[in-house]
Amino acid sequence: MLRETFGRYDTRFATTDMAIGAQHAAGSVSTLPDCNKDRPFDALMCLIKAASLVLRLRPHVVISTGAAPGFFCILWGRIAGAKTLWIDSIANAEKLSLSGKLAKHTAHQCLTQWEHLADGRKVAFRGAVL
Amino acid sequence: MILVTVGMQLGFDRLIAAMDTLAPQLGTPVIAQTGAGNLQPVNMEAHPSLQPDEFQDLMERCKLVVSHAGIGTVLNAQRIGRPIILMPRRANLGEHRSDHQMATCAQLENRSGIFVAWEVGQLGEKITQAMAYVGAVPAHSTSADDLRASVARFIETGCL
Repeated sequence: MLRETFGRYDTRFATTDMAIGAQHAAGSVSTLPDCNKDRPFDALMCLIKAASLVLRLRPHVVISTGAAPGFFCILWGRIAGAKTLWIDSIANAEKLSLSGKLAKHTAHQCLTQWEHLADGRKVAFRGAVL
Repeated sequence: MILVTVGMQLGFDRLIAAMDTLAPQLGTPVIAQTGAGNLQPVNMEAHPSLQPDEFQDLMERCKLVVSHAGIGTVLNAQRIGRPIILMPRRANLGEHRSDHQMATCAQLENRSGIFVAWEVGQLGEKITQAMAYVGAVPAHSTSADDLRASVARFIETGCL
């Protein structure tokens, strides 16, 4: 959906699902292990892999829609001096995702895709992919 | 062809059973991706899960999508201009951990090309409505343009 926007830049993708990566962005995809708050060991492995990826690539900008693996990339991106943007998934129509709630304090900017979830301070609405 | 999909992770036998009952009256083949459900359809070709490229091929070939309220499928259907009927999973029936699909459906209900069947009893009429929509040119999303512009501005300036 944002491919045209990214097309002008040297863009790398990180995903937890290589099959989806291969379908959408062959050639510039890295995989991260999936994880969530109920699996602390996987989360730690993912945190380390995300660090290795972000510190190797040294991106100028990190953009993520989540979830936990994306949040880790935002975290390491922020530490490594990148501009960081969280775009909460449009799947979260009721409230911001758990990782989004963390990301709004971590990323430079945080977007929701539902107007009623914008709070006028840390969480902004600027449109949605639908 | 009508494509029924419930995502790869969870079963949604309530939707699969209802579509299996309706399938013989629809006048077109129905193919179902049934997820981790227990029900074996008799009137539909059924696949528990599909590879992304196989699934995409079915999305391109179908006239209409009938789905749980998974946002990925909604985006996919809108991108390739297929009308989609959503039926939300309900937490009290053990179909998901929360009722977030109900909220998603309430938010999406009035958008062009998206139809919501809140109950199995509404599926038939929604299929009729959605069939009338087959081949219609999807409305251009100015909201998506706004989001792209904001992301482009962020990349250049750091501001939204």
